[in-house]
Amino acid sequence: MRNLWIFINRYNAFFLFIIFFIIGIYLTVKNNAYQRSVTLNSSNEIVGTAYDRLNVFKRYMNLGMVNDSLAVENAKLKTLLLNLTTVDTAKDVKVIDTVTNQQYTYLAAKVVKNSITLRNNVMTINKGTLDGLETGMAVISPQRGVVGFIRDVSAHLATIQSLLHKDTKISVNIKKSNALGSLVWGDNNFDIRKALIKEVPNHIKMNVGDTVVTSGLGQFPAGILVGKLSKTNIATNDNFLSAELNLFNDFSTLQYVYVIKNKLAKEQELLENPVKTKE
Amino acid sequence: MNSRAIVINILRWFVLLFVQIFLLKNMGFYDLSTPFIYVLFLLLLPFGIPNLLLYLLAFGTGLTLDAFYDTMGVHATACVVLAFVRISFISISLNKDAIDDPEPSLSYMGFQWFSLYAFLCVITHHLVLFFLETFRLTEIGYTLMRCGLSCIFTLLIILLIEFIFYKRTSR
Repeated sequence: MRNLWIFINRYNAFFLFIIFFIIGIYLTVKNNAYQRSVTLNSSNEIVGTAYDRLNVFKRYMNLGMVNDSLAVENAKLKTLLLNLTTVDTAKDVKVIDTVTNQQYTYLAAKVVKNSITLRNNVMTINKGTLDGLETGMAVISPQRGVVGFIRDVSAHLATIQSLLHKDTKISVNIKKSNALGSLVWGDNNFDIRKALIKEVPNHIKMNVGDTVVTSGLGQFPAGILVGKLSKTNIATNDNFLSAELNLFNDFSTLQYVYVIKNKLAKEQELLENPVKTKE
Repeated sequence: MNSRAIVINILRWFVLLFVQIFLLKNMGFYDLSTPFIYVLFLLLLPFGIPNLLLYLLAFGTGLTLDAFYDTMGVHATACVVLAFVRISFISISLNKDAIDDPEPSLSYMGFQWFSLYAFLCVITHHLVLFFLETFRLTEIGYTLMRCGLSCIFTLLIILLIEFIFYKRTSR
């Protein structure tokens, strides 16, 4: 027993290394498999507040650009409103559509922290459970394009697993042919302005310049612009084609996002997985 | 280890982590090269530090970085590996009883020893870091390239800092 103790003491560097290494690996793996622990990520109020302070300065620097884009968006919305009112008054018909019309509601949120240089990128926004956010909701950018999904929510903040993450997969359509595919980032392409569409059936004809939109399967509403194809018919070793596209959305300058609340999400889940939800 | 060394190391910890989190985190060349200079704190801890304390400091520093990078455990593990390499390299290359320098910095140990020491520590740290972050072997080429380029970047900045704070000694 004494000899064992002497042995351990003599090589204490190695044994301590093993202990700490196992703790580290355990934390990492647990973190990959389950939801992130609430204590040590940026939903954490302290870290979030620190980033909030830093962001006040950053936001001020970009004020001019944000103003411009807001003005453009305002103009767009105004024209839309004008169209709607003229149509409604001319026909004088009340739209009695209580469900589909209100399926999606939008909530604007400010990006408090953003990252684009990592393999798996996560951003933080300043809205949380108090504003009705839940895990899994879709997030889009104000101008055009998808951003990602909500991953963790605290009272006032939430983290988003952005498109630039190895686990993010979004169902999309190629607009011309209506062919389905799934949008991913990564796989030997780490340019933040490009992404890949995978699992397009072999017989679909794709052209460079075709527009890609969300398909409406999943959390995103249909028809949200995603990007334009830049390289088509990349052969893979399975029975599907891949294509590369230029994203409309610029992740590096993202400052405001819209979170999409889907009113029918719970109902749909209950209908599709009745057993799972009951348990 | 006197009180002056403790104050210097605490100060170094805050400055390096501040620079890493608020400046270098937003930096990167084509997503390929991102420097992690906070490891310099672990490299420059005094020779006389007990192993347990060294591991605790490495783990704590890693966890602090993880909190800001949203990567629970990845930096902590990489720092622990770095600590192990540090202990092994020092015990192999130096005679423990004859060490009279306070800390393994460039000004005390000379360019040749320090650059080899820094290189070994940084490359293992980066290898563990990038492989844990990717967590799959299919992108091994890309991961290795990122690791190598980041390592060069980190080493350049570390040597630069060391030359700036170079103290002329009696050697």
